[in-house]
Amino acid sequence: MLTPQARGGLSAQVLGALRTGDVAPTLTRVRPDDDADAQITLWALYEQHYRGFDDADAALEWHPTLIALRGGLEEAFVADLRSRFVPPPAVGPFAESFFAYVAAFEGPSVATHVQRRADRGQVLELLRARSLYQLKEADPTTWAVPRLPARPQVALMALQFDEYGAGDPARQHARFFARGMEACRLDPTYGAYVDDAPVEVLAQNNAMSLFGLHRRWRGAAVGHLAAFEAASSLPSRQMAQGLRRLDLPEQIAAYYDEHVEADAVHEQLAVREICAPLVEQEPALLEDVFLGAFTCLDLEARTARVLLDAWAA
Amino acid sequence: MSDDERPDVIVCAGGPILVRGDHLVQDESGVVHRTTRPVSAVCRCGRSGISPWCDGTHKLGPKARPATS
Repeated sequence: MLTPQARGGLSAQVLGALRTGDVAPTLTRVRPDDDADAQITLWALYEQHYRGFDDADAALEWHPTLIALRGGLEEAFVADLRSRFVPPPAVGPFAESFFAYVAAFEGPSVATHVQRRADRGQVLELLRARSLYQLKEADPTTWAVPRLPARPQVALMALQFDEYGAGDPARQHARFFARGMEACRLDPTYGAYVDDAPVEVLAQNNAMSLFGLHRRWRGAAVGHLAAFEAASSLPSRQMAQGLRRLDLPEQIAAYYDEHVEADAVHEQLAVREICAPLVEQEPALLEDVFLGAFTCLDLEARTARVLLDAWAA
Repeated sequence: MSDDERPDVIVCAGGPILVRGDHLVQDESGVVHRTTRPVSAVCRCGRSGISPWCDGTHKLGPKARPATS
């Protein structure tokens, strides 16, 4: 993948620095023009920790100036996520409280629109936007593995093993999605559609990387995972029905079929075997688990709103 | 439970039964299905659309099932 297009003054300077390797120490004093400028900059800096860019030197991954710059952007991002956070009213037994919290969240549903009314163009636009995460599906959560105590760590590895295909490359979820994209005649190349992605989608990506890359956010990382899984099976069924309604290729519907079944397992594992034992051992992380969960649901709602508004749906 | 105790079957309150490993599961009509993933979720509410596996339908009230088409 090549570095994405800039979306403002800061990203122009940072992406330029990534391409030339000339990183001015004064970069840390440049403020983003707006949220789009900040999110694409953060996205590009995070991407260096995943697959990186063909036109940027891999040695820049840990460049102190870029890390300092990233830190400033993260601080503002976390402040925004915290200001939006609605904590649970009261937490009783963890699993019941968590499922109730996710169920009580009200947000617009892209999956319901796809199931009933979306046209092919809208669905393909959605797949392009989703591809930013789905082609690195599960990767951000993997960062959390070495930061967990034994029981949640073992359970997270069991879940991730399934995400990564349980030993079979053909069943790896990211590959599954790539095959679906290919069948829809979309470009399955990793990061191919970053320049088309709404800022809300970049923010969804960035929240996962933020939580995964910082040990202090391990609670939020697994809370995000649990909410993602708990809000997946039923919408995945709606997605599969919508894709078949539109006669889109079976390969992309099969991706969602797989998630109906897999995520019905994963939500139980994530809530009962990962988050519950983690907060039992580290009770101070309880709020972060819910912050991660809220962030997942809230950022998805923001993306859904933008897409549905654009489609006048 | 200690860190080293690992149940093979977990009954989830209000949800499915999780089973670890490779099993043959017979559904209500007698058809046998082999598990395909490291942990599988077997439906307990009787309303799953992908029986014998769980599809999350237990979370919906009986009157709140989404339209199936």
